[in-house]
Amino acid sequence: MAIDQGTTSTRCIVFDQNARLVAVAQREHRQYHPRPGWVEQDAVEIWRNVDRIVPQALRQAGISADQVVAMGITNQRETFVLWDRHTGVPIGRAIVWEDIRTEELVTELGKKQGIEEVRDRCGLPLATYFSAPSLRWMLDNVAGLRAKADRGDVLFGTMDTWLIWNLTGGVSGGLHVTDVTNASRTMLMNLSTRQWDPMLLEFFGVPSSMLPEIRPSSEIHGKTTRVVPGIPITAALGDQHAALFGQTCFEKGSIKGTYGTGGFLLMNTGNELVRSKHGLLTTIGYQIGGEPTYALEGSIAVAGSLVQWFRDNLGLIHSAPEIETLARTVKDNGGCYIVPAFSGLFAPHWLSQARGLVVGLTSYINKGHLARAVLEATGWQTREVVDAMNADLGVPTPVLKVDGGMTADHLLMQFLADVLDIPVMRPLVAETVSLGAAYAAGLAAGYWPDLEGLRRNWHLAARWNPAMDARHREDEYANWKRAVELTFAWARSTPST
Amino acid sequence: MLRLLARGSGHHGLTEIADSLGLARGTAHGILRTLQRVEFVEQDQTTGRYRLGAALLHLGTSYLDANELRSRSINWADTLASRSSQEVRIGMHHDGAVLVVHHVFRPDDSVQTLGIGAMLPLHATALGKVLLAYDPDLSAAARRRELTSLTRRTITRTQMLERVLTEVRGQGWAGEAEEYMPGEASIAAPIRIPGGLVIGAIGISGAADRLCDSTGRPRATLVRQVVQAAESVTTSLVDEN
Repeated sequence: MAIDQGTTSTRCIVFDQNARLVAVAQREHRQYHPRPGWVEQDAVEIWRNVDRIVPQALRQAGISADQVVAMGITNQRETFVLWDRHTGVPIGRAIVWEDIRTEELVTELGKKQGIEEVRDRCGLPLATYFSAPSLRWMLDNVAGLRAKADRGDVLFGTMDTWLIWNLTGGVSGGLHVTDVTNASRTMLMNLSTRQWDPMLLEFFGVPSSMLPEIRPSSEIHGKTTRVVPGIPITAALGDQHAALFGQTCFEKGSIKGTYGTGGFLLMNTGNELVRSKHGLLTTIGYQIGGEPTYALEGSIAVAGSLVQWFRDNLGLIHSAPEIETLARTVKDNGGCYIVPAFSGLFAPHWLSQARGLVVGLTSYINKGHLARAVLEATGWQTREVVDAMNADLGVPTPVLKVDGGMTADHLLMQFLADVLDIPVMRPLVAETVSLGAAYAAGLAAGYWPDLEGLRRNWHLAARWNPAMDARHREDEYANWKRAVELTFAWARSTPST
Repeated sequence: MLRLLARGSGHHGLTEIADSLGLARGTAHGILRTLQRVEFVEQDQTTGRYRLGAALLHLGTSYLDANELRSRSINWADTLASRSSQEVRIGMHHDGAVLVVHHVFRPDDSVQTLGIGAMLPLHATALGKVLLAYDPDLSAAARRRELTSLTRRTITRTQMLERVLTEVRGQGWAGEAEEYMPGEASIAAPIRIPGGLVIGAIGISGAADRLCDSTGRPRATLVRQVVQAAESVTTSLVDEN
């Protein structure tokens, strides 16, 4: 059984031994926007949702709790909540990864001494996205919180930690644990020791007493005592890490790409901690047993959301999938490129001031060319990230394994294969995040023997082979790069406000 | 009723509509509910009055975008491939043939080629028979043309094809054994949009001895899986419309 605690909803999925989906139950939770840029969620509402969907999934599957071999938890990363150790009541709402209230604080912290050392130790650049700045913000801004935290009365947890603590008893003996992948997104964990780093805690001013114990991703944590008692909890990992695992990207150099609103690419770098020289993040892929598997991550901020923008803001299509129909009305992009730097560019450029642009307009360009440029933008952004990954690791990856809603776009998938010049493969089970959590859990519980056993469950649903002429590909890539450069120039010429 | 709503103010209450057309209120209400379900009519939430629906504007153009159908059905097609251990295709009619709009590989890790965009013959595949069975214009056109023989089992006589299509409508699915390729068989069922119109078909194909029993009939468990998948896709089209 997997519990996928996502940004907009929480789902409970039951899989059988062949990794086939048996039951799905889902509940959405509210998003709170108390001020511009603030994004919060109610951790109690999320906990109540778990309380409802787990029995619901069991009913749907027609099984009892003792037939569930193990439970694995996967979750939206970086989002965290603070709560009172003695009452279990949250202190304020959970701060979500999208929240940018710490923009000023991050600029201030960036000027502090030791900032280079921070990146070295945690593998992440200082950004509002990660947990530590928001945690620091709460300690500074919630009355009495710091004193309470110093006394050891406050617990911190990413969503995996919050759910495990509650599932294993809450105030009556709940386990306060997290896994390495979630801890690796806080900016507080040292990537080499995989423990909370005293220097990082000092830098962000976080008392160590509030932090959970860091455990491997796949390990027997304990049994549930609430919701449905008696189920062993044997795994926890961040959603993108779970997708890497669910795609069975176990070899060094293998990459998965999840295409939804944004695009998330993770490359397995084996037991080697690779510090990126090309704008990628270093993170823990997963840890099964004693040794961690490291990963490089490159995120594309705008992928599917560009199609949504094309639909909602330009009104040129009625539904997102129609973008492909419109794109097929023309045979190429007609020389038009769209760089969707709506809120800056992420990996590998990391330029927050960049803004989007459409270039190459002539009187010849029609909406079909624009639709192509929209889809191609996701292709070229992927190419940039994969190039960076290959350069950091020193060996080119042989294939790209994909999942997420945009894999239904046949034209985009073919274009990905064409611009990467490697095959693009879609697995039969689309729910790779939940499957990854179930795999990690089942592995610890002995339901599956080893990684090889999991790999045998991975079946190919579709494969797109590269078919673009090499010369044409390089010409187009050069054009794309020029378009990206123009967004930098635009950023420089915009007067600062 | 549609003509009444199309003229003048374009907003009418139930009583007005019933009285204007000389219908009993219950009868008018039943018709309005049917028209509402297929989105030819909309009801104003606050006033309760009826007006013409957005779907009428697109009448006569494509009923459902092929890429939209793929996107909506992808999870059900995967589930069907996983349950049946066969490859899955979704087809729509295009230019006198079956256009393959979605394809899922047989989950056995053998080397396969993605067949999206391929054209298949209507009269010799299960997907095609479903499309023919539920489209009177298409089957009439097929009757006028010569039915090409592809194997020695291909249906080439129009009378025979008519009989088979009647059977398809009666049972709600179509089968085919070695009519397209020797040693191969296929099973398919209709995908409908709200209102019942068949806009496509979903089906499995594979080795004839896997898909059919010893008498050459499609296996009942596989038929059930295909029909279930078709119903799930149909339901998902209602839900999100």
